[in-house]
Amino acid sequence: MKHLKRSMSVMAIVIAFALTASIFAAPAQAAPETIVLWSHASGHKEEINIAYQIAKDFNVSQTKYSVEIKAFPNPNYNDAVVAAAAGKSLPCLLDIDAPVTPAWAWAGYLSPLTIDKKTLSKFSKTAKGIYDGKLYSLGIYDAAVGLFAKKSVLKSLALRTPTIASPWSLNEFNDALAKAKASGKFDYAISMGTGWDGEWYPYAYSPLLQSFGGDLINRKDMKSAEGALNGPEAKAWGEWFQNIFTSGYAPKKESATERDTGFTTGKIAFSWSGNWTAKDALAKLGDDFVVLPPPNLGTRPVIGGGSWQWAISSTCNNKAAANEFLNFGLQSKYIARYANDLTYVPGTKEATALSVDYKPGAPLAIFQQLASKYALIRPATPAYAFISTVYEKMTKDIIAGANVQTALDAAVDEIDKNLKNNNYYKKKK
Amino acid sequence: MLQSNVVTHRKKKETRAAWLLSLPAVLLILLFSIVPIFLALTLGFTDARLVSPEPAKSVGFSNFKTILGIGVLTLKAERDDSGAIKIDEKNNVVYESLRNYTKINSESPRFRSKSELFRFGENRKAGTVKVVLAGDPLFWKSLKNTLFFALIVVPVQGGFGLLLALMVNQKLRGRNFFRTVYFIPALTSMVVVSMLWTFIYQKNGLLNTIIKQVMPGFQSFAWLENPKTTMPAIIVLSIWQAVGFHMIIWLGGLQTIPAELYEAATVDGAGFRKQFRYVTIPGLRHTFVFVLVTITIAALGLFTQIAIITQGGPLDSTTTLVYQVVLNGYAKQQIGYASAFSFVFFALVLLISLIQRSATKRLDQ
Repeated sequence: MKHLKRSMSVMAIVIAFALTASIFAAPAQAAPETIVLWSHASGHKEEINIAYQIAKDFNVSQTKYSVEIKAFPNPNYNDAVVAAAAGKSLPCLLDIDAPVTPAWAWAGYLSPLTIDKKTLSKFSKTAKGIYDGKLYSLGIYDAAVGLFAKKSVLKSLALRTPTIASPWSLNEFNDALAKAKASGKFDYAISMGTGWDGEWYPYAYSPLLQSFGGDLINRKDMKSAEGALNGPEAKAWGEWFQNIFTSGYAPKKESATERDTGFTTGKIAFSWSGNWTAKDALAKLGDDFVVLPPPNLGTRPVIGGGSWQWAISSTCNNKAAANEFLNFGLQSKYIARYANDLTYVPGTKEATALSVDYKPGAPLAIFQQLASKYALIRPATPAYAFISTVYEKMTKDIIAGANVQTALDAAVDEIDKNLKNNNYYKKKK
Repeated sequence: MLQSNVVTHRKKKETRAAWLLSLPAVLLILLFSIVPIFLALTLGFTDARLVSPEPAKSVGFSNFKTILGIGVLTLKAERDDSGAIKIDEKNNVVYESLRNYTKINSESPRFRSKSELFRFGENRKAGTVKVVLAGDPLFWKSLKNTLFFALIVVPVQGGFGLLLALMVNQKLRGRNFFRTVYFIPALTSMVVVSMLWTFIYQKNGLLNTIIKQVMPGFQSFAWLENPKTTMPAIIVLSIWQAVGFHMIIWLGGLQTIPAELYEAATVDGAGFRKQFRYVTIPGLRHTFVFVLVTITIAALGLFTQIAIITQGGPLDSTTTLVYQVVLNGYAKQQIGYASAFSFVFFALVLLISLIQRSATKRLDQ
């Protein structure tokens, strides 16, 4: 009797579960399949709102799939992705900072994208995350760095206005700094952006090294930094760069105020900064504001390339949906919105024509030319995260007054040891 | 007989209750402290990476050898054609390149991939100098900085905390106001404190402004850009943030001292100084041990201020052991190496705590 009673209650529970399960399961069959997109832009309202808009439009445009966005704060974003990958719980779609793509592709986090050729051909080369010959990520916007200046300052210091066809030489650039300092009108001649940390260092300063003729690593085989990062060109870069700070042309470690308002308030004459700060400068300085091309410090003018891009994870079990969303989101109108709301550099010509500040003749149009003419992608190797960390410390040491050759050699030794210990990051067979 | 049985029974019951009550804490400590320590030790013997398709493989003691490895090398001076020692324009001897020994493909395995820590014993006549090389110079620099920080912070913060506690323990009006004011920084997140003090230490910041008020001839400078002033600046803000917490601990200790003792001492004619020496100090023995151990452990774990303000710079003057662990593990993605590093750190803290414990044992009884 007791036995029967127990089995009956067990049955009742089973039935109850089955019923509730069927209640919940029934509408699920008709509902669209949900895929999740992880974004790094939590807390950056203007940027995350555009992503929400794209997802909303996509969900309305068709009934098969539904995209849901989960946003993370930028400084913790990469850690969240790495932790999720270790726990095999990556979302289908994620955004990714361009230089990280090779490492995550190599580690097997990502799956190659299938974007139709016609769409892809419209994008600039720095918007594409290519590793081992395959496309793993694609940028809905690009970024560029330029030399921010004021027309009135150029005039009062009697400086030639450089153009893309004829940028400043090393001597002209040095001369501009010296004149700005000597004029006595400014606290500093230039803000180099030392108030930022992390990836800004290699993104903003390794192009200056490359302009001198050096590099972060020998790109031919990516097996050593010897010669590239500690050769005579690198030494010349290091000593020149150090001199900018030791001569008092630029603050060694900018405060947030110096970084964000030093140039626009006129306390600093020039600023080595990116397109994402141009909106503010344009609003405050209007017609007087001008973006100059980077100087040619030896071989050619160089700036960094690649910004945040979209990718699909390897564990995504609905790649068709993910690819469909990417093709949808890469429409010109969305790219143009990033350009209009945030002054992010549009990665295609169509979007450029739609944008207010980037269309030909508009004040920021030069960024597009800089990106297409001078941008050099950061070395596409899984070792990049390591190289970037070593380069940041090395550059900070040089700014603080370290012996340049010793600092360069130490960085090369550390990078080469890491490459060797990781068997040169060979692709797993 | 019967009575002793009851006693044993009760004792057994008490023991069981004690275990039962401490079980949640024991389990948590096991899961989140003891297990990770052993995991760190195990990972320390591998080349585990944060992002990699390769599984971690054992590398024996190599991580520990890199961290603790030291070598001494004698460099020879360069000589010109006549055999004379080369001297540069600053009247320094020009030595052969250290990198011939230390670079990755060097022929001397003892010095390969090591870096210079410092030089000593220069013999200008013979043209030799000794160079101390380390597998990871940042470990030794971090060790030095961390110990220096602890050596200053432990006595100053502990002593200052006691002083504040004595002050707010007086029967004066508004003492709760003062207690609150001194305690507020301890309730503020170290991240926020670090950001605020970054502004204070700027070239046009509060500190320089105040000094200029007192000494008009003072030349303002950025306190966090100079390798000599950065660590002292970090020490000051750290003490400012944490001293309120230890004031409260000291205050708790002061209030356990029975008022009769002070009354008796007063009757015996002891003044403030004698009361402090013969009543207060002996009464604070246990509190002293607690304050000493907690400040030491907190000081050795210096990280947040460094991560927010200096990132170890300028020129490695503020790099610390915990900062290096995080940098190696996350930024450089070398989890195996960072694990070995953190185990060495753990062993060091344990050793220092044990020494303190045995030194203060007499006080604690």
